[in-house]
Amino acid sequence: MTSEPSPPRRVRITSPRAAAGRPQKVNVTSEIDAQTRLGEIYMSSLLRAQLRLAGLVIATLVVLVGGLPLLFLTFPALNDVELLGMPLPWVLLGFAAYPVLLLLGWLYVRAAERNERDFADVVERS
Amino acid sequence: MTGSSSWGITAVALVSIATLAIGAYGWRFSRTTSDFFVASRSVRPALNASAIGGEYLSAASFLGVAGLVLAFGTDMLWYPVGWTAGYLMLLVLVAAPLRRSGAYTLPDFAEMRLESRAVRRISSVLVVAIGWLYLMPQFQGAGLSLGSVAGTEPWVGGLIVAAVVLINVLAGGMRSITFVQAFQYWLKLTALLVPAMFLLAVWSGDGSAPPSDVVVPGDLPGDRWISPLSTGEHPLYTTYSIIVATFLGTMGLPHVVVRFYTNPDGRAARRTTLVVLGLLGLFYVLPPVYGALGRLYAPDLIAAGRTDAVVLELPSRMIAGIGGDLLSALTTAGAFAAFLSTSSGLTIAVAGVISQDVMGRRFRGVRAFQAGAVVAVAVPLFLAVVADGVGVARAVGLAFAVAASTFCPLLVLGIWWRRLTSVGAVAGVLVGGGLSGAAVVDTLLQNQHTGWTGVLLAQPAAWTVPSAFLTMIVVSLLTRRRLPVNVSRTMVRLHTPEAVELDRGPHPL
Repeated sequence: MTSEPSPPRRVRITSPRAAAGRPQKVNVTSEIDAQTRLGEIYMSSLLRAQLRLAGLVIATLVVLVGGLPLLFLTFPALNDVELLGMPLPWVLLGFAAYPVLLLLGWLYVRAAERNERDFADVVERS
Repeated sequence: MTGSSSWGITAVALVSIATLAIGAYGWRFSRTTSDFFVASRSVRPALNASAIGGEYLSAASFLGVAGLVLAFGTDMLWYPVGWTAGYLMLLVLVAAPLRRSGAYTLPDFAEMRLESRAVRRISSVLVVAIGWLYLMPQFQGAGLSLGSVAGTEPWVGGLIVAAVVLINVLAGGMRSITFVQAFQYWLKLTALLVPAMFLLAVWSGDGSAPPSDVVVPGDLPGDRWISPLSTGEHPLYTTYSIIVATFLGTMGLPHVVVRFYTNPDGRAARRTTLVVLGLLGLFYVLPPVYGALGRLYAPDLIAAGRTDAVVLELPSRMIAGIGGDLLSALTTAGAFAAFLSTSSGLTIAVAGVISQDVMGRRFRGVRAFQAGAVVAVAVPLFLAVVADGVGVARAVGLAFAVAASTFCPLLVLGIWWRRLTSVGAVAGVLVGGGLSGAAVVDTLLQNQHTGWTGVLLAQPAAWTVPSAFLTMIVVSLLTRRRLPVNVSRTMVRLHTPEAVELDRGPHPL
């Protein structure tokens, strides 16, 4: 638009449809590395997912195992219930508690690895 | 007695020799400092889980649980349940992030996360204190066991364990200890499982009388022994305090935590922990069997105050002749495996901290580590001789209470709460460590209290752990300006899977 004549700048013209078809490279890993807002959002979503999972497992543990003393206190008659020749509290604390703990651990490991896979998929999809 | 004592001595000698031989196999691989501290971070989950199980099942698990069940009944089953559940808490809260932190020891972790030398120094003092508190009953248990089979003085057994541990640690460090501890888990399981099957067969041959029918003079009546929440003062508080200490204390034990750094990555750390949960559950079914049968066949141990010896003596009391002697020798061998493996792990953890933080700057190499190991063993050996008379499981229980009141809040808040500040961490650790430490000293001095004071001091975790958490959170919120500079980068390092390529900051190793 200036008065001086100059050779026109070369302008690259592309169809808007072609640009839409080729997705822009958004690399989440670099967002996280640069500690941008977006990167922080991805990180805190991973953290929240893992923390929620841990909270769920701990809550289950507290109810199932941590609730036993209160159960014994509230229902002393449980001691007269015999299972395999032993009072019920012995069976619960001496034997039954361990498979429950192992099962909770197994479910946790599966879910935690799934959370991490989801995170990796989102972050590396670029 | 001469026949049984010679079998017992043979068993102790065999376990010691096997420990040294397997350790020597590992010596060949130990070359670098990394080998000594963390076995070069290359231990597979199956081997590592056996090693963790072997290391974790201490004198308290092998002898103490059966003794407590014999004396106090059902409520004591909470100890093994809690020690297993502690691994579940460790799995869900700290296992993978702790491995991903890439630090060597707990003080390393504290310094990396909070970027403060003060936190590091306090953590170092704590690691040494908890380690010594935990090593002391191992040596006491060894003295008791050898005294029980061979009639030696209480300090002899402790000295033998200390010597074998030192030789292995001095020569091979973590790499050789890993093999030794994996072997010792399976030895301990066999040493309880095989005699238990014979004892149960004898018991059913005798008409399988329920243990609660026995009238023990001067002790609990059977119906109170068998019922939960019926022994001691304020049993509900005591039970919940045991639950808090054991569920949360495991993650703060220095020798447990140091093992996680030997996993190749965070995912392997989780899988290792899961296998450990299974191995512990398998083992902990057995000690209560000895406690219950002990009430039928060895009730005099209660009055004599020697309940910790029930695992060692029950086989020879129930089965006459050489068969019983051999089975008693087997449980003695298992007990020594327990002392050796736990003491090895603790010695490594304490020696690592002493050599890094007391003997000068980091990585002064293998020599500093070896000197640290000598100090790590000598002090608790001395304490074991002096502080006689505190039960094995009691002393270990106190170590759990201190760990739960200090390192547990430090780890949990450090990993999951980015607003933790170094000032808050120091304040919380001082409050938790001070309160629980006062209770420990009171117990070691064997002061007598009545009513709530005695109950609160005997099982401090239920009030010291919440105090520590609360202090850490409140002080951190008050000092929010002093947030560590690199906290975001640290969170990336702790929580993201290794497969994703990210900037995790400089690796500490």
